[in-house]
Amino acid sequence: MGRAIAALIARDLRLAVRAGGGGGMAVFFFLITVSVVAVGVGPNLSLLAQIAPGILWVALLLSSLLTLERLFQADLEDGTLDLLAMGPLPLEAIAAAKAFSHWLTTGLPLLVAAPLLGLLLNLPVNVFPPLILSMAIGTPALSFLGAIGAALTVGVRRGGLLASLLVVPFYVPVLIFGVGAADEAISGAPPGVMLQALSLLGAVTLASLVIGPVAAAAGLRAALK
Amino acid sequence: MLTASQRLQAFANPTRFMALSGRLVAPLGVLTAAVMAVGLYFALFASPPDYQQGETVRIMYIHVPSAWLSLFVYSVMAVASGVALVFRHPIADVCAKAAAPIGAAFTFLALVTGSLWGEPMWGTWWVWDARLTSVLILFFIYLGYMALRATIDDPHAATRPAAVLALVGFVNVPIIHYSVNWWNTLHQPASVFRIDGPTVASSMLVPLMTLAVGFTLFFVVMLLVRMRAEVLRRRVRAMSLRRAEG
Repeated sequence: MGRAIAALIARDLRLAVRAGGGGGMAVFFFLITVSVVAVGVGPNLSLLAQIAPGILWVALLLSSLLTLERLFQADLEDGTLDLLAMGPLPLEAIAAAKAFSHWLTTGLPLLVAAPLLGLLLNLPVNVFPPLILSMAIGTPALSFLGAIGAALTVGVRRGGLLASLLVVPFYVPVLIFGVGAADEAISGAPPGVMLQALSLLGAVTLASLVIGPVAAAAGLRAALK
Repeated sequence: MLTASQRLQAFANPTRFMALSGRLVAPLGVLTAAVMAVGLYFALFASPPDYQQGETVRIMYIHVPSAWLSLFVYSVMAVASGVALVFRHPIADVCAKAAAPIGAAFTFLALVTGSLWGEPMWGTWWVWDARLTSVLILFFIYLGYMALRATIDDPHAATRPAAVLALVGFVNVPIIHYSVNWWNTLHQPASVFRIDGPTVASSMLVPLMTLAVGFTLFFVVMLLVRMRAEVLRRRVRAMSLRRAEG
């Protein structure tokens, strides 16, 4: 079973690298969104520094939504999903593996790009570690919760937009705790408060690791019938 | 002897449901109108204005039952979705589908009345207060559920995705509520927006509870009417498909 999961993840990574479009586009979108917000808000550096964690988190969230549509749809259309469902892996494990590779190809590149964008927004130096840490903890939740929306809308016309609408309300706790950790660092609160935000964020992520695959598998089962 | 689950299945039969609900709608409708009339009379005429809030307190008699029902309807939807998912009862699916727009309407009503009350009381139509924010997100979840229902043409194909979404939302609503509370107390002291008015006097409790009962009855009647319409709609759909097949 472990080998089957590893093979599935490796396949998704190969597809992401060779077919293109996935992670690279998300990073590009991340960059563009942050720049557009900065242009819209104005070049006031102290204001930008203050709202930088919020901008970065919101842009990250939107960028990871962008690639959700591709999570299951291509596999359903070309029949891969039917083959996978007949194979040895339960659908829950398939959904988990695909959500994990979505994180590897989307969440991780965004995470790597975030510090660079932080520089563009004049983010204070001491805020970088908590912000990046909160993104590292929180981005898996975006992929695993997103898998629910992607699975529920897999057979639907223009499912990508609908998946975003369904998933965004569930992203709210991730956003709140993620931005919260960085905001604490900006306001100079003691590290204890920041740790509280980070551990709550970790709790949300752990919950999503459980809920995500189970709910996504139920959605896929409905689409495969 | 029938077991409990067999008795439950008897009501899952759409024909029996139609017969039973057809007999219930009219008397329940009359009861709803009577309770609402009494409640509104107490709320608008027979109760005193609040010593702090003045006449605007009367908005509360609509606002509080709406807010209560916005959560209650979601719970009904989640339970019905669970039954639809596990036992495949068609009536449970119909119930979840029919409840969603009613719940969304109550949530919207709670937001609008809250906003109308907030303007004279807080001096602003909207604050990103913990409660307001979590109710707004609940409204988004309702809209997402309705959008998912609307995009899948075949009602039977929509059952499982919609049920999964409703249940995931049911797990998430407390998490969202808690996170928003944490967020809000972090950024602004809750004391500003907490109205430390008097504990509710009985002259105000009577209209409030009467209207809460009235709103709940209204929900039940609306749910039955909408469920009947949905059952009929599915029958029409099945019949016209059969005719098209020849």
